[in-house]
Amino acid sequence: MSPTTGEGMDRNMADEKVVNDFSITFSTVNGSGSQTANTTLLRALFKMGIPVSGKNIFPSNIKGLPTWYTLRLSREGWLGRVEQDDIVVAMNASSIAKEIEYIVPGGVLFYADDIPLPEIRDDITCYPMPIRKLIKDTDVAPRMRDYVANMVYVGVIAQVLGIDLEKIRLALDFHFKGKEKAIQGNMDIIQTAFDWAINNLTKTDRYYVEPMNATQGYIMADGNTSSALGSIYGGVQFLAWYPITPASSLPEAMHEYLPMLRKDKESGKYTYAVVQAEDELAAIGMSVGAGWAGLRSMTATSGPGLSLMSEYLGLAYFAEVPVVVWDVQRVGPSTGLPTRTAQGDLTQAYFHSHGDSQFILLIPGTVNECFEFGWRSFDIAEHFQTPVIIMSDLDLGMNQWMSEPFEYPEEPMDRGKILWETGLDEMIQKHGKWGRYWDVDGDFIPYRTVIGNRHPAAAYFTRGTGHDDFANYSEDGVEWENLLDRLDKKYESAREQLPVPVIEKMEDSKIAILSMGSAEFAIQEARKLLKDQGVPTDYLRVRSIPFSNKIREFIEEYDRVYVVELNRDGQLKQLLTIDMPDLALRLKKLSHLDGLPLTAKWIKESILMAEGK
Amino acid sequence: MADQIGEKGVNALGLLRSDYKGLPSTLCQGCGHNSISAQIISACYELGISPERIVKFSGIGCSSKSPTYFLGRSFGFNGLHGRMPSLAEGALFGDIRLKGIGVSGDGDTASIGMGQFKHLARRNMPMVYIVENNGVYGLTKGQFSATAEKDLELKKQGRNLYTPVDICMEALIGNASFVARSFAGDPKQVKELIKASLAHNGLAVLDIISPCVTFHNLEMYMHSYTWGKQHEVPLHDLSYVPSEDEIMVEDFDKGSSREIELHDGSRILLKKLAEDYDPTNRWEALRMLEEAERKNQLITGLIYFNPKPMNFFNMFKLVDKPLNRLNSEEIRPPRESIQKVNELMF
Repeated sequence: MSPTTGEGMDRNMADEKVVNDFSITFSTVNGSGSQTANTTLLRALFKMGIPVSGKNIFPSNIKGLPTWYTLRLSREGWLGRVEQDDIVVAMNASSIAKEIEYIVPGGVLFYADDIPLPEIRDDITCYPMPIRKLIKDTDVAPRMRDYVANMVYVGVIAQVLGIDLEKIRLALDFHFKGKEKAIQGNMDIIQTAFDWAINNLTKTDRYYVEPMNATQGYIMADGNTSSALGSIYGGVQFLAWYPITPASSLPEAMHEYLPMLRKDKESGKYTYAVVQAEDELAAIGMSVGAGWAGLRSMTATSGPGLSLMSEYLGLAYFAEVPVVVWDVQRVGPSTGLPTRTAQGDLTQAYFHSHGDSQFILLIPGTVNECFEFGWRSFDIAEHFQTPVIIMSDLDLGMNQWMSEPFEYPEEPMDRGKILWETGLDEMIQKHGKWGRYWDVDGDFIPYRTVIGNRHPAAAYFTRGTGHDDFANYSEDGVEWENLLDRLDKKYESAREQLPVPVIEKMEDSKIAILSMGSAEFAIQEARKLLKDQGVPTDYLRVRSIPFSNKIREFIEEYDRVYVVELNRDGQLKQLLTIDMPDLALRLKKLSHLDGLPLTAKWIKESILMAEGK
Repeated sequence: MADQIGEKGVNALGLLRSDYKGLPSTLCQGCGHNSISAQIISACYELGISPERIVKFSGIGCSSKSPTYFLGRSFGFNGLHGRMPSLAEGALFGDIRLKGIGVSGDGDTASIGMGQFKHLARRNMPMVYIVENNGVYGLTKGQFSATAEKDLELKKQGRNLYTPVDICMEALIGNASFVARSFAGDPKQVKELIKASLAHNGLAVLDIISPCVTFHNLEMYMHSYTWGKQHEVPLHDLSYVPSEDEIMVEDFDKGSSREIELHDGSRILLKKLAEDYDPTNRWEALRMLEEAERKNQLITGLIYFNPKPMNFFNMFKLVDKPLNRLNSEEIRPPRESIQKVNELMF
């Protein structure tokens, strides 16, 4: 077959073999334990050396509603979402009719044979799976049957597609952390189903899995785990949080990895504290308190929680308290679509809190950047003595991504201008005084002391009210304006000291794509598709706000820059327009939001249409 | 007095009372809050607590302005309305050897801050939490607070329709390990309770009725000086004895007093009045508060005390060095660990 992408492929030739370049969607019932089966297959394919990605589309529900998991195998390593399914594994009677519609011509339907089939298209291959019968024949306890039923489809599709059973065992071994009883129990069912398929199914479809060598040296990680690990390597000392989808797995990953990585060897005691707060109002209050006390402090939340954190973040900005906030974005406004992905909190984060406030935003686009920004965010927050909000999203945060291994931070920690007893003594000897908000270096960043400093002149009173250079209460208009002016200059000074935008160019490009975050994956694939159609594009991915001047210079090169993002309003374009109004007419909004990750197909078609091609 | 004050007015640390002062108060003349600030100063001075060991916290309101008026050599953070507890909980992880003193008001604690207050109690955060309770919003010029009595009438506000929140009752139900009530017009008792609360190894809630001279000082109402003076029923005479001072214990008649040992070895002596009151009995404390309300009495003194509570920081197995003094090497995992982490990512 031609080395092209899933989206662009012509699949009308039913007899052409398709190898390692298709998608499988598992349609199951929420709470039925299908996640274990699906990630087992994901890991097995990865271990076979095949680039693969997995996306979980799930409802806001504990049990009973339809849920989907899509595995995409891509020889060329594309990791974005595809809009159609090559293969559907249907375990849910309520959604099967819809599933069948989404299958490409020449595609395949595996289905549990107790589901009454609607009218079946004659351009797809159907394989029944006797799930109940096979489970009944095993000695699985009745209450566990629903959970292991999913292992039947693992066995059947492994046989039909050619997935290595040994690699499946490796995946189970990882999942069950080496517990042999659980591993063997699941393997027995998989083997039974595998054998049944050998004896009862005749392969008539065209999809094949074959070993490759394209995942050597790569890891598989979800963004939230990566963010947590990055924070741990950044020396996080305090985390307060409140459960919210899709952020919860970030603090939960902290619980998992912190004891392993941050226990003092000699004493067996810990160098951090994690507190589950009573709500997001308290989570941010605790985090700001800890940041003020000199700890590397963070919280993690999603849109509704970020809204609740608004007032404390304003105080932290004004009182110059370092704190890191992860926003794993989901669909808003309001409760919105809590289990679906979006990039819709950008303007909220940027304009957070009342009055003239400003926030440094970091926008990771890959799991490696989740890790890197995890540690780097503390350096930035402590250096500038200000909150840093990191904009992740559900797709990046909760799904598994194949990526380069995490890299150990090569830069020493930047703890910022902090004075302990000796430092304060030297400061006072040199200048005769010290003031918490006194810009002695002329770089808009004053020196701070923290609690526990025993120097008699170390203490100061932090407040959200007007204050002078020495933290004394002040309602003086000139003093107020000077303070706010310094804060603005401090913010401006961060522009070129934050993660720089990623710029990638193609020969003969006349237009450009500008985007952020996890739109990365669909955009990279779209650029390949566009190039194949004779429309090469240059590409800039914003990774921090305030915007670097490199972004302005980039936009100036093109008449048309398509700003691609996953929200209704084109929020990134809005912020760029405010920042560089003279370039506004060059920016073209290319945004939409239906709760699913962007696809290469949508980006390609939207740009072709806009370009009149 | 039990404490060691030297001839030249210096305490055990060699500090003068003036070393514990703050800026001049900008609250109204005669405000109960100023009297409480003065007793905080006296308590810390007499106990010889280093001001650098204290961290002050407050929310928003008249009460919350007061931390600038005492302990000028202590760090302080004036946070958000009703959300001082979370600020303190996070901050004191920086160095858990420090002692927090929070000053809140009735609006700050019993209205907007009820949630955080209850969770502070539930976690048994080791700090002193003073509610300067006047039943009224002063800074916004005299609206009812949640502790205002039902049917209270104020000029602009009309009649208060709702039953009041009893802060001590809420603290007790919330499992606070030290619950006391006092009256700003009784400086001796306020001071003794502050001293005892500073030695307590958990959350010490002090509900101090502190009349608002400007907006809420009608004679017939509970939060006024006159009412307070007339209806105050002290549970016991209170004396606080620091651990380094053994002599004063002998001065008390043990037959008529109950001695309670605090976590640091110091003791508090409760001299019984009319009733045989046991402050370590939570059930009895609740019953007594309920009865006092029916009798229209203002019960003051130590209402409840758990001598051996598990506090918030005890629940974490933290290294001995204060977290905020750990250096980079102590908080960044070693280089070789990254390979192991990557191996786990599959």
